[in-house]
Amino acid sequence: MSHSPENLGIWVLQRIATTALLLVVLMSAVFWIVRLAPGDPLDQMVSEGMSRADQTLMRQQLGLDGSLAGQYLHWAGAALQGDWGNSISQHRPVRDILAETVPATLVLTVTAYLAHLLLALVVGMGMAVGRGRALERWLNLTGLTLYSLPSFWLGLMAILVLGAKAGWFPLGGMHAPDAAFMGPWTGFLDLCRHLVLPAGVLALVSYMGTARFLRASLEEALDQDYILTARARGIPERLVLWRHALRNALLPLVTQMGLHLPFLLGGAVVVESVFGWPGMGRVTVDAIWSRDYPLIMATTSLAAMLVVTGSLLADIGYHLLDPRIRIAADGEVGR
Amino acid sequence: MTPGGQGRGKRGRWSSPVLTVGMVICGALLLVAVAAPWLVPRDPAAMSTLGLAPPGSGHPLGTDVLGRDVLSRLILGSRISLVIGWMSVLVALVLGVGVGLAAGLGARGMDRALMLITDAFMAFPRIFLVLLLISLSAPSAGLIILVLGLTGWMPVARLVRAEALGLRERDFVAAARGLGLSPWRIAWRHVLPNLMPTVIVAAALRVGGAILAESFLSFLGLGVQDPVVSWGQMIQQGRNHLLEGWWLVTFPGLAITLTVVGYNLLGDGLRERLDPRRGKGARV
Repeated sequence: MSHSPENLGIWVLQRIATTALLLVVLMSAVFWIVRLAPGDPLDQMVSEGMSRADQTLMRQQLGLDGSLAGQYLHWAGAALQGDWGNSISQHRPVRDILAETVPATLVLTVTAYLAHLLLALVVGMGMAVGRGRALERWLNLTGLTLYSLPSFWLGLMAILVLGAKAGWFPLGGMHAPDAAFMGPWTGFLDLCRHLVLPAGVLALVSYMGTARFLRASLEEALDQDYILTARARGIPERLVLWRHALRNALLPLVTQMGLHLPFLLGGAVVVESVFGWPGMGRVTVDAIWSRDYPLIMATTSLAAMLVVTGSLLADIGYHLLDPRIRIAADGEVGR
Repeated sequence: MTPGGQGRGKRGRWSSPVLTVGMVICGALLLVAVAAPWLVPRDPAAMSTLGLAPPGSGHPLGTDVLGRDVLSRLILGSRISLVIGWMSVLVALVLGVGVGLAAGLGARGMDRALMLITDAFMAFPRIFLVLLLISLSAPSAGLIILVLGLTGWMPVARLVRAEALGLRERDFVAAARGLGLSPWRIAWRHVLPNLMPTVIVAAALRVGGAILAESFLSFLGLGVQDPVVSWGQMIQQGRNHLLEGWWLVTFPGLAITLTVVGYNLLGDGLRERLDPRRGKGARV
């Protein structure tokens, strides 16, 4: 597939349109799963001895009257404008809850992802350089073990050993109780102290997939002719690895980034509920317990939106970055 | 520099240490699960006044708050992990193979529609979808199997579709089509047998993930409920006594890790054995 510059624009538009369609499908799925399941959301709220008239009124207020299709259009229309309704358990707009929890989740996942990438880079290069030697086997074995760890358990162990026994890190939460009275710098340090364990756990259990992927593309790059040429020219092995192989191996990683987002968000659910991190994941788990459907639908839809947008950006980024596709776009090289 | 894969040719294909260790771990766990009622040193449900006893004589892995023997509960808990792990993967395989074959062998329009649905399902971070579905009904082993299966078929479908697309152009499939065999028969008798290595490797690798997912649901209290024992549930119950009874959380976690490591090694080893092309550097 080749794109001339105008075609690239059309391709991007097409990609955006598919993404929008996908989002509609996703949000519909969330709505219909919840509403076609046995049980009525109203059952959770109706108290004993509530009159019929009051129930009808409540139904109207919650937008649960009329046909299902009508309710769906109403819900989807409002949701697209950022109005997710009211949380049943917290008695306030879902939008306000999201405004508090989404930034917390982003701080956690972005930090964890940076650590994840750093670990993957070091381990992936280690495995490529040490291929066939003990180093590779060790990195492989530790990686596989970490990948197999239940992250919630690793979190509890970290709290037990590094938090409670050693006292190095706080046992949970995002801020110290007195964080409101700290200056910006001490406040930031406090946040970092709270971040180390949850972000570390999230990075440790997830990096191996990326490391293996990077190892594979590094090995592929190292087998190319230009590496042979570089070596023949007497360029030191370290430079060959860093300047020539790594640069080409990093490109495929860009496409992977968008695919890592679901993993990280999913991992955040686990880690947040262990560490009491006030983010989307913990709120979702709490909402499940109280059958707070407006909130559950909102966080699930939002997670799906983030993921779909992430893969869209990665896809576009890949097309803009890959010189082969760019050259093909100018019609110099036919593919 | 020679490309990797040197030492692999000399050894027999079955003697890969990865596969051996994986098979030993998985086989041992299966034995423990099957023989659990005869292996438990004590009645796993029997309470005693000796609550929160540390590991030692009488109770090798200590007791929980209610004085129940941790080792016995650990042995019994292996059953639910394996049953849910295997059954949910089976559900995912049936769905994934069905969708993948239909997309790979069917008409172009069907392929597109099925892949859009697959992509849509994949766009949810799985845990959100699982939590949403679990919340709709009372937790039970059957529900968890169903939910993990319903949310786990997509990668299998993609894998099977990709392989089926390659196979449909091959001569033996063309010959079968030329003989006028029905598409069902071609899919079932001619394409599916050639997909088995891929499916088996995917199954082994996915069991570990399913066991992790089950343990997390149980940890949240959304898994199997109390008379039934599961490792995640033991961690959930021990979590409130993390500081007084480290053994309550530590041992079930080690058991989960060992199991998942076992299945991941088994999957990796089988991949090397069954599909040398992809043995190296493929994703976990």
